[in-house]
Amino acid sequence: MDIENKKATRESYGEALVMLGEENNDIVVLDADLSTATKSDKFKKKFPERFFDMGISEQDMLGTAAGMATCGKIPFASTFAVFAAGRSYDQIRNSICYPNLNVKICGSHAGVTVGEDGATHQMLEDISIMKALPNMTIFSVSDDIQTKWAVRKASEIKTPVYIRTCRAKTPIIYDENESFEIGKAKVFGDGTDATVFATGVTVSESLMAKEELEKQGINIRVVDIFSIKPIDKETIIKCAKETKKLISVEDHNIIGGIGSSISDVLTENYPQKLYKMGINDRFGESGTSSELMKKFKITKDDIIEKVLGE
Amino acid sequence: MKITDEDIDKLKQIAKEVRKSIIEEVYDAKSGHPGGALSCTDILVSLYFSQMNIDPKKPDDENRDRLILSKGHACAALYATLAHRGYLDKELLKTFRKLGSKLQGHPDKNKLPGIDMSSGSLGQGLSISNGMAMSSKLDSRGFRVYCIVGDGEIQEGQFWEAAMTSSHYKLDNLCVIIDKNKLQIDGRTSEVMNIDPLDKKMESFGFEVLEIDGNNIDEIITAIQKSKTIKNKPTAIIANTIKGKGVSFMEDLVQWHGKAPNEEEYEKAIKELI
Repeated sequence: MDIENKKATRESYGEALVMLGEENNDIVVLDADLSTATKSDKFKKKFPERFFDMGISEQDMLGTAAGMATCGKIPFASTFAVFAAGRSYDQIRNSICYPNLNVKICGSHAGVTVGEDGATHQMLEDISIMKALPNMTIFSVSDDIQTKWAVRKASEIKTPVYIRTCRAKTPIIYDENESFEIGKAKVFGDGTDATVFATGVTVSESLMAKEELEKQGINIRVVDIFSIKPIDKETIIKCAKETKKLISVEDHNIIGGIGSSISDVLTENYPQKLYKMGINDRFGESGTSSELMKKFKITKDDIIEKVLGE
Repeated sequence: MKITDEDIDKLKQIAKEVRKSIIEEVYDAKSGHPGGALSCTDILVSLYFSQMNIDPKKPDDENRDRLILSKGHACAALYATLAHRGYLDKELLKTFRKLGSKLQGHPDKNKLPGIDMSSGSLGQGLSISNGMAMSSKLDSRGFRVYCIVGDGEIQEGQFWEAAMTSSHYKLDNLCVIIDKNKLQIDGRTSEVMNIDPLDKKMESFGFEVLEIDGNNIDEIITAIQKSKTIKNKPTAIIANTIKGKGVSFMEDLVQWHGKAPNEEEYEKAIKELI
């Protein structure tokens, strides 16, 4: 992991769209007046004829994307996660997932790491809402390389995909030629003292925790759950069998997030206690991204404390 | 293409047969929405039997005109129209709303060829139609998109978001037909949540507005033909209809929004439609 070299996954999203746009004429991009923030404006500059600003109307945007998908287009519709998964839930449910259309939804600015904008803009339940929808695939990306893979993979599968990205800059974790697979988590290390399951911004925090713990002779493994649906059951069960302690950490409500998904797998296959770290059933608030991560206890130090605690 | 009086008479006869099928569907299913299906029957028949560029043998043709029934609960009318047009076996109509049927309680595009989009949650169809019309323009395919919405349905905010989009993107290949039957589940639309003056609203949203008797096939066809000539803006046809049209004891009565006739009522209705 390159801690110095940081980049926000929303930046990577914009760059990935441009790359795809060059290769495939069917890629179209829609935004709801947030293209400079979601970074879909990179695509707009390059392919203005295939970019559609829908104004501040997310429900209409997702319906329009659905209509385009029925005509062979591959629409990427971007807006903040709170307006995509929250405000437009019924459109995603009835006009995208039920007809199983080839629409890609990018929910950017997810979690408390949105920062100063505060609770109304900090989406903490999108994973929960989106994973309950049949036909939906969900990626929650942790770095630049993974985001670019996720955007490309989303364009290749013919069904609905939700990509969760973040505003905050995060370290580059993966090598440029790293390969990913839908439904296969990335496992770092083979320590047996604990497993930390993470997603999005908490992956780099977990990796930093892992490094520090190693210095104290404690060996953990970190699992990047970037493919939330489908989820990697096999790896979760394997970790439950091989490690002494299981922890999940996410910038999301602990109700319905990856912790819940992991619990589902454990309950049915290998019942084991799971410590769920995340936002504990409350709304966020204003502050800087790092202040909020500290306040809600999802930083490297909080992970270390949880690993060492009883 | 010039439409003759003979053509109109033929379409009227088809509409009568479609109405008979609607009553049979709802009677067999013991549930469904006859009122709103009967109000838009003449519109559907005019489109599928005269005005749309479609081929029942090629329901997936990329260049076909599209029809979005945004008021998805009126699907008994769409299924019957498609059956009479040759998209599906009329026998299938007997399975309407039953377990395992291709004819779901609200349209499912993946179950039945000829359904251009699944619908049911109100207010969403115009956005979908816009997306199709934009794709048609993007690829210079030249197909047209027709969207039938209910007058109660347009109380949904998304309809107005979509109406802005239709005119912002100058979708002159789009025609929205508002089935204004003036009734919704809780009563008269004017009393539940008034939508008037609808012509002024649509005009101010940038539409070419045509107001017609939506149960008069002659007027429907003239309006659709006119919509094909409008440039740089979308068309809205305000179709004044009667809920339950064609079955005397169902006409303009809100209780027939979502109720099936009993045996006696069924026989009475069928007699009127022969």
